[in-house]
Amino acid sequence: MATPLLQMQGISKRFPGVIALNNVSLEIYPGEIVALIGENGAGKSTLMKILGGVHQPDEGQILIDGQPLVIKSVNDSIGAGIGFIHQELNVLDNLDVASNVYLGREPLMGGPLKLVDSRKMHNEAQVYLDRLGLGISSRTPLDKISIAQQQMVEIARTLSQKARLLIMDEPTSSLTLTETQRLLEVTKELRSQGVSIIYISHRLGEVTEIADRVVALRDGNNAGGLAREEISHDRMVRLMVGRDLERFYAPPPQGGEKKPILEVENLHTRRYPNRSVSFDVRQGEILGMAGLVGAGRSEVAQAIFGVEPPLSGTVVLSGIPLNIHTPQIAIKHGIYLIPEDRRKSGLVLDMAIRENVTLPALSRYSKFGLIERAAESTGSTKICETLNVKTPSVEVNVGNLSGGNQQKVVLAKWLSLDPKVLIFDEPTRGIDVGAKAEIYKLMRSLAENGVAVIMISSDMEEVLGESDRIAVMHEGAITGILEREAASEEAIMELAVGGAKPANSLASE
Amino acid sequence: MRKELGIFLLLVFLCIVTTLKNPLFMSRDNLHNMAQLVGMYGIFSIGMGIVIITGGIDLSVGSAFALLGVLLALMLGQWHWPQVGAAVFIIAMGFALGCLHGFLITKVGLQAFIVTLCGLLFYRGMARFITHDSTPPGLSSGDAFQGLRTLATGDIASIPYQFIILIIIAAIMWVVLHRSIYGRYLFAVGRNEEAARYSGINSRRIIASAYMLSGVLVGISAILLAFYTPSISPSSHGNFFELYAIAAAVLGGCSLRGGEGSIIGILIGTVLLQVLQNLVVLLGIPSELDFAVTGSVILIGVMADQLIKARSARKKPVLAT
Repeated sequence: MATPLLQMQGISKRFPGVIALNNVSLEIYPGEIVALIGENGAGKSTLMKILGGVHQPDEGQILIDGQPLVIKSVNDSIGAGIGFIHQELNVLDNLDVASNVYLGREPLMGGPLKLVDSRKMHNEAQVYLDRLGLGISSRTPLDKISIAQQQMVEIARTLSQKARLLIMDEPTSSLTLTETQRLLEVTKELRSQGVSIIYISHRLGEVTEIADRVVALRDGNNAGGLAREEISHDRMVRLMVGRDLERFYAPPPQGGEKKPILEVENLHTRRYPNRSVSFDVRQGEILGMAGLVGAGRSEVAQAIFGVEPPLSGTVVLSGIPLNIHTPQIAIKHGIYLIPEDRRKSGLVLDMAIRENVTLPALSRYSKFGLIERAAESTGSTKICETLNVKTPSVEVNVGNLSGGNQQKVVLAKWLSLDPKVLIFDEPTRGIDVGAKAEIYKLMRSLAENGVAVIMISSDMEEVLGESDRIAVMHEGAITGILEREAASEEAIMELAVGGAKPANSLASE
Repeated sequence: MRKELGIFLLLVFLCIVTTLKNPLFMSRDNLHNMAQLVGMYGIFSIGMGIVIITGGIDLSVGSAFALLGVLLALMLGQWHWPQVGAAVFIIAMGFALGCLHGFLITKVGLQAFIVTLCGLLFYRGMARFITHDSTPPGLSSGDAFQGLRTLATGDIASIPYQFIILIIIAAIMWVVLHRSIYGRYLFAVGRNEEAARYSGINSRRIIASAYMLSGVLVGISAILLAFYTPSISPSSHGNFFELYAIAAAVLGGCSLRGGEGSIIGILIGTVLLQVLQNLVVLLGIPSELDFAVTGSVILIGVMADQLIKARSARKKPVLAT
């Protein structure tokens, strides 16, 4: 067999507190499409960032054409013929196509002024555009073309850098079905031109269609591979999941029928205006919301909380229909959100813990509109002690706390306010194990005290360990609600990638 | 108070140097004159400071003075409005301009810089248009309008009214900004609007209210200024005043990124600016250098502040776990 284009051998990478990659190997041959699959956090992106020169491996080596190569920077990676197509596009939409293709490498006229040789740049860019079958001029401004076409411009850029290995990270996550088909065709075309492709996707239907080989990662380890003829939806799901759950979750008590507190009917969010979402949350339960990143779970949470009011739909709290179009109304009714990005939306980082904790409830700590500092201080100190926030005093700026303690401060904002419904969006992202266990325990005790808890999480273990029921979303719609007894990683993955037969769901879109 | 200490020391230093070089600086007349100016500038600088704390800016202040000033002169001198009516109308006009800015910034979603830059051009143009670019009869001479004149330029126990009005407004605004729920919201919105919104604060309304509040203070200062200046020339009355206000606020510790600042700081900044103007005259520095001196002292002050902040940030421990 030919020499592999790329060999990654025994790659390990540790970050503080986590082993991201443990002795992972990967080989890519010229002109093949290899799908890299795995759950969120399995180590796919870390592995690719090592290839892209963003991270350096702690152990292991990389060989290109059989020759060892140290990739220390993004430029080393580009020099080695590796091109990256990120999930988030990296284009400047105020420039035209050719300027984007040649950004930072513009052909020059020569001479001291370093003027850009515009004609040469456009002519050369057009060659790559034509090679990709992209029927647009190199002079088209980027903001005049679709996301899919912008992505093609990115591919043209990597080709112009003489890339022989293309890494595509979730390339279809924001494309429509026809655009997806077009991209898959281009990918196959590139393969026939001898370009190798690492294709990262959660969409197993696409993988089945184009991959010559599948490599799966799980928890930072090689979980196995599948040859072309072995690729099937079921086998891929089995490779991605399947491990023992740790026992630090607080399991629900056995109880009788619970009545619904929050009923959501036919909710349409701005992100997915054509999908309607209906579900209920019962008193004292934790409803897990699973799904892949971008499935529309946060949008549902933001719609219920009123930060991004829904286009239509009803939210009924304890039998009373509410019209929530601002967070103030949600808060008035005891519906609170612990947002996904706590540093951006959850906290004012340059303010003291005290000021953050009391922000949504200042009227409780004031008389005639004037804040009573002492009451504020005692109140916030008390709740921080209850939640075990590790800090010398409540006057410390929140920005100086660790992730786990910051999350507890966000919780502290709402806990004193008598919650009826609490929505946690990725409550333990970037939080160490100890604080995680505390947050799980707290969630369970809230539920036991009659609060309806919604937990959005991309962490499969967390969803399975902590939820009473699990609603799974796919592309803006709920594809199924699983009872705790019926839930398994396989079952969730099935629903998260679009239901039992993903090929059909792709076609019916 | 610790945050304002640096700028306060700079102020004390400048006062001592100026007094040593020219004892006239501490004379009764000079102090009285400065107190008048500090009073007028301080009032609208506080308004500017509040706008800056929410992360905004108001460039239209000087032109608003011109528009409100000529209107006041016309109302009193030519249309024979009652004094109280005219004063209330001017303050209401200031408020209305603030409402307009707030609406355009928070509802239409334009940038504060652009909105108020357009205000700067538009109000100046209107002031010149309604007067046909001719200076209306001044308010500072003659015996007419005694009531407003006393309020605007008189003394109590040889303390100018302007200064007393500033102290009253500053005291009220200190409570509002540093002790009230509303004040806390202003800071929260300025620091992180999104987090404020997620905490149930109507951040748009808070931002708009800052411009309205500032508008009221601009209205009050416009009256004082109209009586203080010998003549209200539509094309030059109030020129650059927004920049003095911004300078005072920034010197006093307001960050243009929003979320930072204090009333005490703004007051010290205002005084410092007036001392600088005064010092140019008293030390015999060529008056052409007036702006150059002011500019360099502001630069030095802000740089020193930055250095102090960077140093104290390095000392602050980052908590583990």
